[in-house]
Amino acid sequence: MTPDNVTYLPRGVRLHRCGVRNEWFLLAPERAMRLDEIGIAILSELDGARSVRDIVAGLAERYAAPAEMIANDVATFLSELHRRRMVEVQ
Amino acid sequence: MSAVPVPLALLAEVTHRCPLRCPYCSNPTSLVKRSAELSTATWLDLFRQAAGLGILHVHLSGGEPAARSDLPELVAGVAETGLYSNLITSGVGLRESVFARCVEAGLDHVQLSIQAADAGTADRIGGYRGGFATKLEVAGWVTSYGLPLTVNAVVHRQNLDRLPEIIALARQLGARRLEVAHTQYHGWALLNRDALMPTPEQVERARAIVEEAGGRMVIDYVPPDHFATWPKACMGGWGRYGMTVTPEGVVLPCQAAESIPGLEFESVTDRSLSEIWRNGLAFATYRGTDWMPEPCRSCERREIDWGGCRCQAMAYLGNPGATDPACSRSPHHSQFRSRALGFAEAGVDSFTYRG
Ligand code: SF4
Ligand code: SF4
Repeated sequence: MTPDNVTYLPRGVRLHRCGVRNEWFLLAPERAMRLDEIGIAILSELDGARSVRDIVAGLAERYAAPAEMIANDVATFLSELHRRRMVEVQ
Repeated sequence: MSAVPVPLALLAEVTHRCPLRCPYCSNPTSLVKRSAELSTATWLDLFRQAAGLGILHVHLSGGEPAARSDLPELVAGVAETGLYSNLITSGVGLRESVFARCVEAGLDHVQLSIQAADAGTADRIGGYRGGFATKLEVAGWVTSYGLPLTVNAVVHRQNLDRLPEIIALARQLGARRLEVAHTQYHGWALLNRDALMPTPEQVERARAIVEEAGGRMVIDYVPPDHFATWPKACMGGWGRYGMTVTPEGVVLPCQAAESIPGLEFESVTDRSLSEIWRNGLAFATYRGTDWMPEPCRSCERREIDWGGCRCQAMAYLGNPGATDPACSRSPHHSQFRSRALGFAEAGVDSFTYRG
């Protein structure tokens, strides 16, 4: 995953809030991944238009944290999902 | 007793009807008739109950779910609850117009089964001529409508030697994911085990082939347990992960659970899904670890594989409350293994087809 990549959730992969558990999940074929606050924040930004760099910058501002610190976490998170075909690169 | 877990998945066997006759079909050997199938309204109510119970995935399965003319309504019912809808189909009997309505209704994903990588073998295994060609066409619809496609291949002695071709076919069909699942020996497969049981060498090779297959397609491999050291956590643990509802509304802890005599199963026509899941005797009987005999009771893996498969213990030992004989710690393990070897070497190729 590079800062220039533009990512999106492919069809068949979507966020879902379970009212019973009061938690958010990323649902995909045969997969349900429980999301923490950071996971939700990252995935809600994927729009198939902005680059990973832009998303990191946005999150850095929102959470008042240095972009360099966030960049690594975001890239690792998205790479792993990309490997499992739960995130695609444009 | 420990707390009852929140389930994740509902396998809705909306019908047992199917044009194919796979000799490993997971449906029971006595099939539910069309006249006994639940109505559309009952299924829709069930999906709402499933959402209320915390379920996340609904698998619309069968038989062949396309044998029901209300399939798009069923998909819409799942979509309305926000749950993830997965259509598990053989492709045979599904018309493009019906499929298009399912997509419009909000279908999330399609899992298409294939029996082999060439028409001759596939149609012989499925017991239905022309089935293979239909599947290729259906795969084309799925990808052209933009839906994710999983190809599911049940593997056994008679198709394992062509696993590389199966992988290549799934790629060619544009599958995002391939499931290579060894046959589970219940129901029809149990009847056909001397024609299906793989040799240990085939199993070894299959594992290596899957590991070496590169590319972007995700491959999920479900290993067989006949030549393994530890059993599988069947269903992710009895009454923990999910449930199956039969065409007539009976709620089962696993698809094969009706093979266990003495367990009383309840129907959604009599009791709510929540009550059955939480308090139903069939679910409570083998949930958790309280029921376990030795060697499971004091085993460090008891909350990893939950003692393995109850139906396998029933089938091989006549005792559903015993340690799964697939476990190397079971006193019956070596006998279980050598019997499997015997089936693998039986050299029988003819099937008893599903009725
Ligand atoms: S396993 Fe074969 S016979 Fe059974 S429901 Fe599936 S396609 Fe039909
Ligand atoms: S003894 Fe029981 S709990 Fe331990 S590994 Fe075997 S089946 Fe699992």
